[in-house]
Amino acid sequence: MAKVYLTTPVSAEEISKLKAGDQVYISGVIYTARDAAHKRLVELVEQCKELPFDIKDQLIYFVGPTPAKPGKVIGSAGPTTSYRMDKYSPTLLDLGLRGMIGKGGRSQEVKDSMIKNKAVYMAAVGGAGALIAKRIKKAEVIAYEDLGPEAIRKLEVENFPVIVINDVHGNDLYLQGAEKYRKY
Amino acid sequence: MREIHIDRIVDAVSKMVQTANFDLGGDVENAFKQALNKEESPTGRDVLNQLLENVEIARTERVPICQDTGFAVFIVELGQDVHIVGGNLNDAINEGVRRGYKEGYLRKSIVGHPLERKNTGDNTPAIIHIELVEGDQLKIHMSAKGGGSENMSFLKMLKPSDGVEGVKDFIIECVKTAGPNPCPPIVVGVGIGGTFEKAAYLAKKSLFREIGKRSKLPEIAELEEELLEKINKLGIGPQGMGGRTTALDVHIEIYPAHIASLPVAVNINCHAGRHKEVIL
Repeated sequence: MAKVYLTTPVSAEEISKLKAGDQVYISGVIYTARDAAHKRLVELVEQCKELPFDIKDQLIYFVGPTPAKPGKVIGSAGPTTSYRMDKYSPTLLDLGLRGMIGKGGRSQEVKDSMIKNKAVYMAAVGGAGALIAKRIKKAEVIAYEDLGPEAIRKLEVENFPVIVINDVHGNDLYLQGAEKYRKY
Repeated sequence: MREIHIDRIVDAVSKMVQTANFDLGGDVENAFKQALNKEESPTGRDVLNQLLENVEIARTERVPICQDTGFAVFIVELGQDVHIVGGNLNDAINEGVRRGYKEGYLRKSIVGHPLERKNTGDNTPAIIHIELVEGDQLKIHMSAKGGGSENMSFLKMLKPSDGVEGVKDFIIECVKTAGPNPCPPIVVGVGIGGTFEKAAYLAKKSLFREIGKRSKLPEIAELEEELLEKINKLGIGPQGMGGRTTALDVHIEIYPAHIASLPVAVNINCHAGRHKEVIL
């Protein structure tokens, strides 16, 4: 388990060095999108229309934050469960999306697509939304404001803590971690 | 008849939905601390420490523990000698939710139609279960129930011949299937018996119980402990990254069943077991 500091955008070469279990601290811009935003993004791709942000070498964070209190950048902002995005992720990975941040397992199709496209899946600690929000320095809605918590936000983060779950080599921390501690 | 004005209900609900989201109950926090002592996985310990730090930040800064501030689920024990005045109980609870989620900057996570999926914008409607009881008090239990763990919930109509072994196998299988998705360490709520909907309701109701509190029925208390031990041998661990602490507790509620049926419902709660109660 290495400690790695990453700054976005991230190249395929940099991402390929990550291993499942690595603790990664991300700085730079990341984009938020969850269920409803993913649906719209993939509809745009199907219609050959431009996405609201350049997705190449970027990271998407599956999150729907709480509203910011006055004077605050953002409310609580922990990850949401990722498998609901499985249907959409391969399309975005084919466009050069370099990584996803969420929590919970991914489908085999998404894992295969990550290997093919040289991308990773990382988890933030689910249910630690108040703590995680402290690493978010700026937040701006850039698309789909009508979706409320599901709007796409451009976040500027500093040392945003995540753990690599699926690397480009086919490792899976969820499977390997549970295997290691299973007693029957 | 004792009269309770709806204004008091609106006010109490508005406050409790906020407190539930900012201030995690001592039962859950203690469970984290106990788990930390037993956890062998370094990643698991790291996660538990982060959860404890998160609880502290949420409490002192009055911000939500988790961004999923939940579906507001209520179990209301309405004394039969209570007369609600000034309006109706359901509207009062929904008004309290509306007000509390706005004032507390909580997330509005409810869509008004399950297929059309447009956000209602105020986290209403709530889920309200009303139980008529003796007395002249109104007891409101509230839980902020996250979607991620709710999605990892299951119900199966077992055969009577499946027996207790079948019940145990099903519960363990549910936890395995859920894996890292419902934000472990989880609380496993189980309803056994009744009908299809009764079993589901019992499973939900069991999650309102404090962590560490056993069933009053000795054979069920024993089953809870056995299942907790088995689940914590699965290795799923905090956040599913491997470790000893997969569940903080297992709660089981039972009800008489039909001669043909053995319904079992498993309702999973994430580690952020946010529940509060108030008596009016």
